[in-house]
Amino acid sequence: MMDWLVTPLRHIGARIINAIWRLGFILRFFAALLLVSGQSFTRLHLTLREIWFTGVLSLSIIMVSGLFIGMVLGLQGYEILQRFGSGDALGIMVALSLARELGPVVAGLLFASRAGSAVTAEIGLMKATEQLQAMDMMAVNPLARVAAPRFWGGVISMPLLAAIFSTAGVFGGWLIGVVVIGVDHGSFWSQMQASVDFRIDIVNGFIKSVVFALAVSLIAVFEGYDCHPTAEGVSRAITRTVVQSALTILALDFVLTSFMFRGLS
Amino acid sequence: MTTATGDELVVLQDVHFGYDPNHVLLRNIHFRVRRGQVVAIMGGSGSGKTTLLRLICGQHAPLSGSVRVMGKDLGRFTHAEKYAVRRRLGMLFQFGALFTDSTVFENVAFPLREHTQLPESIIRDLVLLKLNAVGLRGAAHRYPAELSGGMARRVALARAVALDPELILYDEPFAGLDPISLGIIGQLIRRLNDALGAGSVLVTHDVTESLDIVDYVYFVSEGGIVAEGTPDEIRAATHPFVDQFVHARPDGPVPFHYAAEPLAQALLGRAQ
Repeated sequence: MMDWLVTPLRHIGARIINAIWRLGFILRFFAALLLVSGQSFTRLHLTLREIWFTGVLSLSIIMVSGLFIGMVLGLQGYEILQRFGSGDALGIMVALSLARELGPVVAGLLFASRAGSAVTAEIGLMKATEQLQAMDMMAVNPLARVAAPRFWGGVISMPLLAAIFSTAGVFGGWLIGVVVIGVDHGSFWSQMQASVDFRIDIVNGFIKSVVFALAVSLIAVFEGYDCHPTAEGVSRAITRTVVQSALTILALDFVLTSFMFRGLS
Repeated sequence: MTTATGDELVVLQDVHFGYDPNHVLLRNIHFRVRRGQVVAIMGGSGSGKTTLLRLICGQHAPLSGSVRVMGKDLGRFTHAEKYAVRRRLGMLFQFGALFTDSTVFENVAFPLREHTQLPESIIRDLVLLKLNAVGLRGAAHRYPAELSGGMARRVALARAVALDPELILYDEPFAGLDPISLGIIGQLIRRLNDALGAGSVLVTHDVTESLDIVDYVYFVSEGGIVAEGTPDEIRAATHPFVDQFVHARPDGPVPFHYAAEPLAQALLGRAQ
């Protein structure tokens, strides 16, 4: 009789319960991952290999993207600032935008697309071809041997990539602002130096990138480990990694920004 | 009544298994493997033979009954104890499950590197010896993608016996192999088992090849063991399922037709 109302409600309820159950499952997975993480550091070469694959091989996309975003900031920032006669403050605007927001957020999004998806695909394919099961049968814990080094490789790489992204961005802003448009070289750097606070801007930006790194790496490793061991299952897991990482980064960024920069004059 | 002795590597006593107690997949399973024996578990697809193998290697726990592997009750094992037993057994997966991004050499070296502190020079020698035993020493530098199905299975076999296991488990070792590879794998299973003084469990539905190399056979059908015996006893068995299976008869207890309404009724029904 009330089917038109009950069915959608039931559907929504089931989805919410499923999402909560999955969140709990991810947290249990995270706890298990931390418990077996010792090997990632006692056998450092496993983690260094992942830093190479997820970090070093992502350098080019991170540096090029940072450079272009800095150049766009230089163009747009100068155009807006000069309306108020503050063209010389371009250095501050570029540096603060990058250190506080764009560096951690855009580097996190790029990292999720470039490295997170690769980690999910690799672990997912290992699962689909029974390689994880084979390891388990050889009394080698795949969580410790495969998942944990990839997780920590991501956690270590991403904040460094975010810092490199911001540096490339500042250089891009300088290139457009100072070299192309003609903003005073001294003003650009001195105003930046005077206004960017190490603790408030740099450290907070770094904390953001560490939090995003934890989230993206956990999602990437979990989705690979949890995927259906089929071609379609792996492909869906990769999609989930990119989508969930992007949404998580943006949501966490709002929460962290509201705590870190609330009330700053 | 099955009682455990020092020579028995695997003893399953009155084992019942199901993913939930209302849907029992295996029932009343009595099964044993002695040192030096190659034992086959045969049965059709979906009969429960791979599930039985997973019970033996501790991937599943029984609902009731006991699973003793190398004298220890797997049902009461902690994770660490299970891993301690697994270090003493080797498993060959149906499609090899080789690490695709590592060379043949690295694949075979993997268990040695993970579980021993041997110097690299000794690991190299051991790996080459294992590869030589399966005839693939010359392919040590190749990647799994460059190997044929039979060669990949042989590499997986070398990896499974890298730590000289006491018990070797094979999940469909003959599936999808050409007759030459099939014969090679069959002989390797027998030779490695005898050389190591181990016990082997073979899950297979390849009758001809298996009966030539095994010492004892268990036939699984519809969740239970319906027949057991030596290869000669199995060849002479009168059990309808075993007879149909061993002689590859198209019809019998396992019907040719999947359960459906009579053909005439189905055709007339559509016409109406």
